[in-house]
Amino acid sequence: MAINPNKHEMPTQDPAVRAHNFSEVALGYDKETAMAEASRCLNCKNRPCVSGCPVNIHIPEFLAQAKEGNFEEAYQIISETSSLPAVCGRVCPQESQCESKCTLGIKFQPVGIGRVERFVADWHNANSTAPAAKPASNGHKVAVVGSGPSGLTCAGDLARKGYQVTVYEALHKAGGVLVYGIPEFRLPKAIVAREVETLKQLGVDIETNIVIGKTLTIDELFDMGFEAVFVGSGAGLPNFMNIPGESLKGVYSANEFLTRSNLMKAYLDDPSTPIMKGGKVAVVGGGNVAMDAARTALRLGAEKVYIVYRRSMTELPARKEEVEHAQEEGIEFLLLHNPTEILGYQNPDNPRDERNGFVTGMKCIKMELGEPDEKGRRRPVPIEGSEFTIDVDTVIMAIGTSPNPLIKNTTAGLEVNKRGGIIVNEDGLTSREKVYAGGDAVTGAATVISAMGAGKVAAKAIDEYLSAA
Amino acid sequence: MYQIIRRKELNSSVTEMDILAPLIARKAKPGQFIILRVDEEGERIPLTIAGADSEAGTVKIIFQNVGATTMKLNAKKEGESIQDFTGPLGTPTDIENKKKVCVIGGGVGCAIAMPVAKALHEAGTEVTSIIGFRNKDILILEDEFRSFSDRLIVTTDDGSYGFHGNVTVPLKEMLDSGETFDEIITIGPLIMMKFVVLTAKPYNVPVTVSMNPIMIDGTGMCGCCRLTLNQDGKKVTKFACVDGPDFNGYEVDFDEAMSRNRMYIPYETAKREETCNLLKEAD
Repeated sequence: MAINPNKHEMPTQDPAVRAHNFSEVALGYDKETAMAEASRCLNCKNRPCVSGCPVNIHIPEFLAQAKEGNFEEAYQIISETSSLPAVCGRVCPQESQCESKCTLGIKFQPVGIGRVERFVADWHNANSTAPAAKPASNGHKVAVVGSGPSGLTCAGDLARKGYQVTVYEALHKAGGVLVYGIPEFRLPKAIVAREVETLKQLGVDIETNIVIGKTLTIDELFDMGFEAVFVGSGAGLPNFMNIPGESLKGVYSANEFLTRSNLMKAYLDDPSTPIMKGGKVAVVGGGNVAMDAARTALRLGAEKVYIVYRRSMTELPARKEEVEHAQEEGIEFLLLHNPTEILGYQNPDNPRDERNGFVTGMKCIKMELGEPDEKGRRRPVPIEGSEFTIDVDTVIMAIGTSPNPLIKNTTAGLEVNKRGGIIVNEDGLTSREKVYAGGDAVTGAATVISAMGAGKVAAKAIDEYLSAA
Repeated sequence: MYQIIRRKELNSSVTEMDILAPLIARKAKPGQFIILRVDEEGERIPLTIAGADSEAGTVKIIFQNVGATTMKLNAKKEGESIQDFTGPLGTPTDIENKKKVCVIGGGVGCAIAMPVAKALHEAGTEVTSIIGFRNKDILILEDEFRSFSDRLIVTTDDGSYGFHGNVTVPLKEMLDSGETFDEIITIGPLIMMKFVVLTAKPYNVPVTVSMNPIMIDGTGMCGCCRLTLNQDGKKVTKFACVDGPDFNGYEVDFDEAMSRNRMYIPYETAKREETCNLLKEAD
């Protein structure tokens, strides 16, 4: 039988409809489509896809099971290496990871690995009622700081080996960026809750409202009997551009905007946490976070949403599917544009005018690509005299974050780099004995799957260290 | 869940509660704050810690019933619990090695100024306290301030008790008469702190202010609590949750902070009325 050269299309909500709701955009394959897509795998000898996956999922094996309709078996294969299959199937940038290495992709479109993974995980969640079996305890205690993707992965891997794991979360809800950052329409919160529940069934204890570095320090965790600590405290404070007007009312960091909408549920009717809705919105930045913020603003009722990015589409770092979805939904991309000032209202006759201090517009300058920088990316250079103003009511800065200082400031001997990221070796070990770290706390803002990869590496190293001791 | 061990109304709109939170009580220092949520649907609000008892494991909060969340909190009875309580957050007030300090509190800000005065007093610092209120009826914590201060001046805007006028008047009188302080620490409405700074400026007395911006996570993630400092002619962005809440008063851009705190006023007003009506129905 000839191989279908194209990936099976992912059914999605109609763009005109989904732009006004928070339900999931991608609807997922049905059983037949999942089996048909899985059967596109050539089962080639080299298995390059596996090396493209930060957690090395046994991709050809799970596809082989999925092809036969053995979805539970496929799920078990994925679970051997991934703690969050339903999450990864949705948010991984497969086009630059597993699918970019796919042999079929040399001639045709690669196998839709992420789409099949998603189906398999959803099938398991819908059909498997048996709780995950809690492994026998090996008597060792490990603390994990942060319940985002790296922390949950590290906790899951250790719990499966019999470690008694406690996860400390600063916020009131477990999930880290999966609950405060990534919106419902891209990653339903019920899916995150389900993955967290699975970890609890494995015996992982999750303590919310505990800020490590404040409520408890790393040293106190050791005093409490933990034998190793993994720090996955995530991205920290948002970066701003340091241009005039960034403190005007209506200027948000993406972290704040998304936290208000997702974690604090401002997207629901009559929320207790307010958020600016409607009007015209400019989102500055080109990553996944920028896409999430722009599409959230649209769903909150914005009449117009711009993405303002200083390089071109080629350099834009967001996941391809999110960019396509954003475009379909009518978000306008101002590429090769850079903000220079945010403008605000000021009534010259009335200092008490309630409109004073709110955003009215943003000045942008057009850019062109110049010589490549040290990373080989062509540097954007402003075109003199090209400044103009766009009318906006809300500006959302999505230009990255700097690591949170709380743990560094309260942990003697924990070394960080000049950007504030915790320094680790190839095993995720920090400069402090028995303290491991991974995810955005180490790398600065990156992806869910790379954080999971780091959690996995650290879990392996912690296991080797503690089982040798 | 975090149990309300003790509840006491200090005046018609200000309530004091001791919340059972042993891990926080063990660590809490003057100037630090907590973030709480009253119930599962609630917003996160910051409240500065008004005291802590590490043996009983309780943290004291004092709050004014001004918004939807504080009204819901106020409606909770002794023995009931609140959903979330996190801390202690922020950097403690620096109280070490000071000989003579003037502590100035305004309104419910006195709840935060009081533990600072207490800590200074216990560290052997000579404490002058000026506490200001709109009128006699809303006066709180006078006895506490009296016991922790070498000198206490109470002011009311309407002259119904103590000194008639706002807190800057006695401060200026003292400074004019040649009195000096190592530092002024002021906590209260932004407009009051701004004028304390302006009053102290000609006398070159260092002023520390305690900022109270809108916050969400409170742990250094969202950036909502940012404020602008003018440091040596340069504008610098700082975050009250991790860099503060205490800042050098001469550097803070108060006008911007006041504007930012008014961002959701129409929303908050509507929400307060809605909550007020709901609570009335429940009664």
